Amino acid sequence: MDLGWWGVPVAVLGGAIRVSTPFLFVSLGECLTEKSGRINLGLEGILVMGAMSGYGVSYLTGSPWLGVLVAGVAGLLLGLLHGTICSLPRVNDIAVGIGLMLFGTGLAFFLGKPFVQPKAPTLPAIHLGDWASSPQVQSALQVNVLFIVGVALALALAWAFRNTRWGLVVRVVGDSSEAARAMGYNVDRVRVLATAAGGFLAGIGGSFLSLYYPGSWNEGLSSGQGLMAVALVIFARWQPLYCFYAALLFGGAGALGPALQSVGITSGFYLFNAAPYVLTLAIMIATCSPRRNLAGAPGELSVTR
Amino acid sequence: MDGSIALPAGRAGAAAFPGDRLRRAAESVAIPVGALVVAMVLFGVFMALTGKNPLDVYALIYRGGFGSGFAWQNTLQRAAPLILTALCVALPAQAGLIVIGGEGALVLGGLAAAVVGHAASGASPLAAQIGMALTAMFVGGAWIALAGALRHYRGVNETISSLLLTYIAIALFNHFVEGPLRDPGSLNKPSTRPIGEALMVGHLPGMDVHWGLAYGVAFCALCYVLVHYTVLGFALRIVGGNVRAARLAGLRVGWLVLVSCFLGGSAAGLAGMVEVAAVHGSANASLIAGYGYAGILVSFIARHNPIAVVPVAVLVGGIGASGGLLQRRLDLPDATVLVLQGIAFMVILAAETLYGRLRLFQPREQRR
Repeated sequence: MDLGWWGVPVAVLGGAIRVSTPFLFVSLGECLTEKSGRINLGLEGILVMGAMSGYGVSYLTGSPWLGVLVAGVAGLLLGLLHGTICSLPRVNDIAVGIGLMLFGTGLAFFLGKPFVQPKAPTLPAIHLGDWASSPQVQSALQVNVLFIVGVALALALAWAFRNTRWGLVVRVVGDSSEAARAMGYNVDRVRVLATAAGGFLAGIGGSFLSLYYPGSWNEGLSSGQGLMAVALVIFARWQPLYCFYAALLFGGAGALGPALQSVGITSGFYLFNAAPYVLTLAIMIATCSPRRNLAGAPGELSVTR
Repeated sequence: MDGSIALPAGRAGAAAFPGDRLRRAAESVAIPVGALVVAMVLFGVFMALTGKNPLDVYALIYRGGFGSGFAWQNTLQRAAPLILTALCVALPAQAGLIVIGGEGALVLGGLAAAVVGHAASGASPLAAQIGMALTAMFVGGAWIALAGALRHYRGVNETISSLLLTYIAIALFNHFVEGPLRDPGSLNKPSTRPIGEALMVGHLPGMDVHWGLAYGVAFCALCYVLVHYTVLGFALRIVGGNVRAARLAGLRVGWLVLVSCFLGGSAAGLAGMVEVAAVHGSANASLIAGYGYAGILVSFIARHNPIAVVPVAVLVGGIGASGGLLQRRLDLPDATVLVLQGIAFMVILAAETLYGRLRLFQPREQRR
């Protein structure tokens, strides 16, 4: 059965579900880091490193889930590096993030050279669309376990920020380091841990790219998801649940170009590729203001001051 | 000196003791050089872990980058766009902005230069080259000024917006090069129509390096004078030091931010023109070679000092030039150079913490 023009929204929905998972993980990681008062622009490097290490481990051991774990650990280590360097006085977290972006992608390209050709076992999909007769709908509703984990994680983080001791500590450190210090918390240690945990999540987001969709490792795998996550968190007003909606929106925007191409609109293909970036920029222009801090922004965050 | 009022240690001028100025200068050379040495040791350990002899690797980097006349020419050829894209970071940095969108300004500047060059095919080479350079500088400048304007008028963080603008610029570039502006004759590598042999920028007298190097060095010298010896530069540095103080002093902060972004962007746009008019002959995907990102590294190592940008760009260009040799001789991936650059960048940023903390380099008053 051919859906004709209806194929476009179906494909966009499918794309939103498929493409949003790395956005979701990376933005949740960034959200956690930023809640503690630091920004990690190096998530792009962590994402690529996670994609490479996940794919490599899956190829060498035959277990994609081990790959996901190793990708997370690789991200954790890079996050730890970022957090530790930023704890030195007078070191700018934005600049270190740019450095980490270069370092992470360089390291991933270097170590990932042998994995460009071979085919590694990838993560299985869960078919939620078997009731439908249309193959487009079926493929749109193929969901990966990581997507479900990501949704659960968003809910859990939203709850934890409000209701747990750890969540409150992270928020205090992010809103006022003086208050946190007065309460006896080690501000730098909390931030290092938050950055490392954020790196873990971003690494898992990277492994989704190489182990599920697109499902291979090459040097052009990431199209800046790690960077867009930074803008996405601002758009989501530092709320994990909104991160989920924003990730869906970005996934859908990214799927618009290929979907339109499949119904015969090919002119301006490259311009459609720019849709997520234009969307991000438009959102930032619409929500930022030179006169006041963004609502919901952690007080210690350097990008919003 | 007991009982005297301690003067704040100014950058250069207010040196109460002879030699303090020298100490400051020595500090800003010694710390990056020391950090580079540490980075080289770390990279050496990394190479040893992958089973290569670090000394072999460094010997090859030296040979590939600086070991012969040919290597030097290759290095300088690469340094030319790096100098210009580094200025795209260094100039806005004077006003306290971290702009990392040089790649976008470069590709759009190159595209504009290719269009003007093709349109001006009948004109005299000098006039056409000036036209290409000015158009590229204007386009690149306007692109980065957009990030500056968003920062000033809407409070949008310039680091993120300039990077997003780079992705948008590359999409626009691909759209035009593969669509409306494509030369039907370019089959397997979509390009714009060539600007023609007659309009190409030639080589510097006596060597196999194009004039782009001279453009870059001249641009750096001008920027140095601008930043350190003019009122505009002084005002820029006040904005960079403390925006509130600048506002209280009645400086037009928005205007200064826009000017610094425009000048930086125009440097990156000129880099695009140089790549088109001196190397490729038309605008195509070869323009997206990462010079904009490497320029960020150069500017940070040079601590955003326009004069220091030149030697640092030569160093980074030399490391880049040796990539091919490493690949052929030691069978290392071409990303080896990226790893070295990444490690160097991280160590140099971490070394930022040492400024003002090493006793040897402090003015004598403060050392007590």
